[in-house]
Order: sequence, then structure tokens, then C-alpha cells
Amino acid sequence: MSLPFKIALRFLKSNIGQTILIIIGISIGVSVQVFIGSLIQGLQKSLLDTTIGSSPHITILSTNDNKLIGDWKEKVNIIEDFSDIKTISVSSDSPSFINFNNKTESVLIRGFLPDKANNIYKIENNIYEGKFPSEEYQVLVGKELSDSLGLFIGDKIEIITPQREMIDFTISGFYDLKIASINRSWIITNLETSQKVFDFGDFVTSIEIQVNEVFDADLIASNIISSLNSSEIDVQNWKDQNQQLLSGLNGQSVSSIMIQVFVMISVLLGIASVLAISVVQRSKQIGILKAMGIKDKSSSMIFIYQGLLLGLAGALVGVFLGLGLSFMFSKFAVNPDGTPVVPLYLDYSFIALSAIIATAASVIAALIPARKTSKLNPIEVIRNG
Amino acid sequence: MDKIINIKNLNKIYGTTIKTQVLFDINLSFDSGSFNSIIGASGSGKSSLLNILGTLDKPTSGELYINGKLTTNMNKNELAELRNETIGFIFQFHHLIPEFTALENVLIPHMIKNKGRIPKDIKEKAEDLMNLVGLSKVKNNLATNMSGGQQQRAAIARSLINNPSIVLADEPTGNLDSESTETVYKMLRDINEKFKTTFIIVTHDKKIAEMTDRIIEIKDGKINLDILR
Repeated sequence: MSLPFKIALRFLKSNIGQTILIIIGISIGVSVQVFIGSLIQGLQKSLLDTTIGSSPHITILSTNDNKLIGDWKEKVNIIEDFSDIKTISVSSDSPSFINFNNKTESVLIRGFLPDKANNIYKIENNIYEGKFPSEEYQVLVGKELSDSLGLFIGDKIEIITPQREMIDFTISGFYDLKIASINRSWIITNLETSQKVFDFGDFVTSIEIQVNEVFDADLIASNIISSLNSSEIDVQNWKDQNQQLLSGLNGQSVSSIMIQVFVMISVLLGIASVLAISVVQRSKQIGILKAMGIKDKSSSMIFIYQGLLLGLAGALVGVFLGLGLSFMFSKFAVNPDGTPVVPLYLDYSFIALSAIIATAASVIAALIPARKTSKLNPIEVIRNG
Repeated sequence: MDKIINIKNLNKIYGTTIKTQVLFDINLSFDSGSFNSIIGASGSGKSSLLNILGTLDKPTSGELYINGKLTTNMNKNELAELRNETIGFIFQFHHLIPEFTALENVLIPHMIKNKGRIPKDIKEKAEDLMNLVGLSKVKNNLATNMSGGQQQRAAIARSLINNPSIVLADEPTGNLDSESTETVYKMLRDINEKFKTTFIIVTHDKKIAEMTDRIIEIKDGKINLDILR
């Protein structure tokens, strides 16, 4: 143990009240940082999850007049080779009218491959009555539409295609995707049925993709465009279609960073001022040490070490305090159904970064008093007792 | 005999706008192993002279040689090293570091020299010094838990830990009772004889001064008397 470190430790120990006060100051700063950071990140995650968690991040459509994409299996194979792709689903969609008890509604018939579509839309989980169409000409109807038409499982509804053909479908179940506009307009069936009814052959109308890193969706989309290299397709991604959400998220991130920066600055000023006072308090000791031959660099190191020790202790206590605060928040601030109001997201690298920044800030704050000690002249102390 | 300290034409002026000259053209030298006192009324400049001898203060003009080396053009680090290794200080107000125990205070000059390490023989030496000054019972007390006389004796032990060739003492018995004064004086004398350490003691106590081998009286910044006995 070097002498400056020993002296720093002894100074901190001998004025334990002051030391604890600074550590509390730093740890409150760090805990606010950890808590606010986790809260905002959790908020953003849950917001993103509700907005785009159950919808495609990248959608490939056709630019042809008939809206049809050919060779879709080949295209899906190419896209599957991309890294970071979570799931790919194809669908064969067409607007139609349905007729039941002389009531007519305009709907969108969507033909899915059930396994694939489930990965995106979680249809299976949201069927509250009946089951997914297992045979041809069976359909799922959304909650709002079934309520307004008064439908039951097994009822036959008449579909009027754009080609003015009329075909009877049997209802195999009802779904509720928690979005009223979808529940009202989507009629879900399997891919073969849809292709057959609308004479699509082996064509589809869209390829829908979810990716793991949602914020990279635009990059992945442009990679897909270049590797499919076809003028007949149009690739859309959620970021282009949700500019408002994105700017909202950005605003949140910026304000969270602002809060964190100002918390850190106030902590830093606190440490700097307390350490500056402690230089005055210890000027006699520093003077004696200098008279006995301690060099300016070593006497400065005493205060740098004090900053480092205070920073480390404050960061450690602060991280635990912040985690405790987060835990209490997710435990006590809950919705009636027991789920947290905002699910917290604990990003350990973010927490580690907060701790490192606080420690570094403490060392930087200690530079001011350290500079002051190196200027201290021992004769001032010796002469004045 | 060797001159361990040599001063040539030394002047000291305080202040920049209002100048106060406290030392005028001092020429002085001290023999190695001698036991000296500097006396004078307060404000005569005796403490200023001692601080300059200890390189804690810089003369305005003139030269100071310690062990034959010119100190007046050394930088701060060189002076710190010189102080650490060749000069022991005993200050008027004890000046122990209150956060450390008596024994640790004694060891501090060595830790400064040796980057914080304390070899076993140095630890033993510190214990011996504590015995010498009669503090073995309170050596683990914090400086604040010791009487004035005990603190002063600890400061004496501290001044000797690095085997300095010079010990500078500023009123070492200044606020001690007469009995303690006697003890401390005897101790310094013993050390002088045992280790051949050069002592320069600033005092206003004529009785103390009369017990030293050489008395230098400073008056109004000049050497008024220089008696060798």
C-alpha cells in the first residue's frame, strides 16, 4: 500500500461522518441514474412490444398491378439466410365483402401458413372460441365483426370476391388480437383456401418478416432489396411507417440522458466542494507532510485516492440502492391485474457503465482539491501553528 | 571541523508591495555534530532564519549550502528529498498528524522515503526511539490522545527516524512545564552525543540557550552575538 493511499484511507476513516455523507450523496445520484435508466428502457421496450411486437417489422409487397409475388419460396429461402431474422410468414390477401343475414361488411381475407403467421400475430393464443381453420373454406372471424353480425361457430358466411364470385365459408372460431380495427376487418383462413378462392395460383401477396434487432429493420430491409434485386417488389419497414413513435422514443431517450447528465453533474460538484473543504481541513497535515519531504505529486495523490475510494463506495451502494428502488417499483406500482405499471428492463452493461462513470467523475472531481494541495506551501502552516 | 551548513550574504524580505526586511546580510556556518542555539526577541527574525535553514522558506538573496551542496537553486522535489533525508524538524506546536498513532507518526518520514514500505529493522528502530523518548506505553495512541509533552517527545523521535545529519528545533520546549523542558533538553543532548547529530535550537529561553555549546543572538535581523563556549 502506497503512503498516499494509506493517508487517504486514514483521512476518510477519521472523519467517518463526512465520508458517509459523501458516499450517500454519490450513491443517491447513481441510484437515480440506474432507476431512471431502467425505467425509461423498460418503458420503451414495452411500448415497442405493444406497437410492433405482434406485427411485421419488414413487409415485402408487389409493385405489379395484380399485387402478386411469384417464386415466393425462393425469395423466402434467400431471406432466411440473413442473420438476425426471427420469423418469416407469407400471406395471400384480398379485399372482399361478406354477407350474413342480409348484412354486408367490407373485409380483408388473409390466407396464412398457420405456423408461420402464429410467430408474428400470435393468432393461436388469441382464439377465444373454436380453433384455427383445419380444412378448406373455413375461416376465423374477429371479435368486433362477430359481435356486430351475431355469428356463431359453424355459421356459414357468404364471401363476395372482387371477381364477383360468391363462395360460402364456415366459421371455425373467433379471435381477438386486441386491436378493434383488425378484429373488424380481417377474416383469417389458410393459404391454400385464399389462393384458390382468388385464383392466385402459387402466388402470394405479401412476405412478412420479424427481426431480432428491431432498430436495425431499415438496414435489413435495404439488404433484402439489394439481394432480391427485383423491380417487382416493394420492401417496407416499421421505422418508415412509425416516424412519430420513433421520434417519441428518441425524445424519451434524450430527456432520460439529460436527467442522468444533470444528476451526475450535481454529484460531481458535491464531491468537488466537499473535497475542497477537506483540503482546507487537512492543510495542517499536508503542510507537515511537505515539511517532512513528501513530494507534491504524492500529496495530490492523497486526494485523488480519496475521490476514487468515495466514488467506488458510492457507485457500489448506489447500484444496490437503484436495483432496490427498481425492484420496489415493479413490486408495488402495479396494475389491478398484478403486472407492473411499467415493466423494468435491467440492462447490466448500462448499470456497470453508470457505476464506472460515477467513479470516474469522483476522480475528476478530486483533481481540483489535488491541484490545490500541490500549491500549498508548508511554511504557511508551520508559521501559523 | 566540517561545516555542515554554510550561509553567505543571506537576506529575507517579506511582501511585494510593502516590503519588510527581516534578515540582513547574514553570514553563518555550523560545524557538523555541534549543539547550537539561536536566541532573540520575538520578531527578531530567528524563526525566519530557521525556516530558511530547513529549506521550508526561500531566501530573497544569498546562498545556503547544506552538506556542501547549494540549495538555493534546487527545485521543489529536490528540496523535498533533501529535507526528508538530511533534516529532522521539531516544531513549536508539535505538529503530529492527528489521524495517525504516535508510532505511525514516527514512521511517516521513513514511509515518505521508502514509498510507504516499512522494513522490520525500521519498525524496530522506531520502537527503540519511542523507548528513548519514554513513550513506549502510549506509542499506539492517536496523537490527539497524548499530552503536550508526550506529543513533543514523539515529534523528537520522528525527527530522528531517517538518521538526519541536522535537527532543527523551533521552541521545542515552548509550551512545556519546566520539568518537561529539562527532560526534553537532556534528551536532545543525549542524541547529539550518541548520533553526532547537528542541533540548531531556536529558543527565547536564556536558560536553555546557556546549556548549548554555541549561542547566536539575532537582533533586528542581524547577528548581534555569537558566543562559543
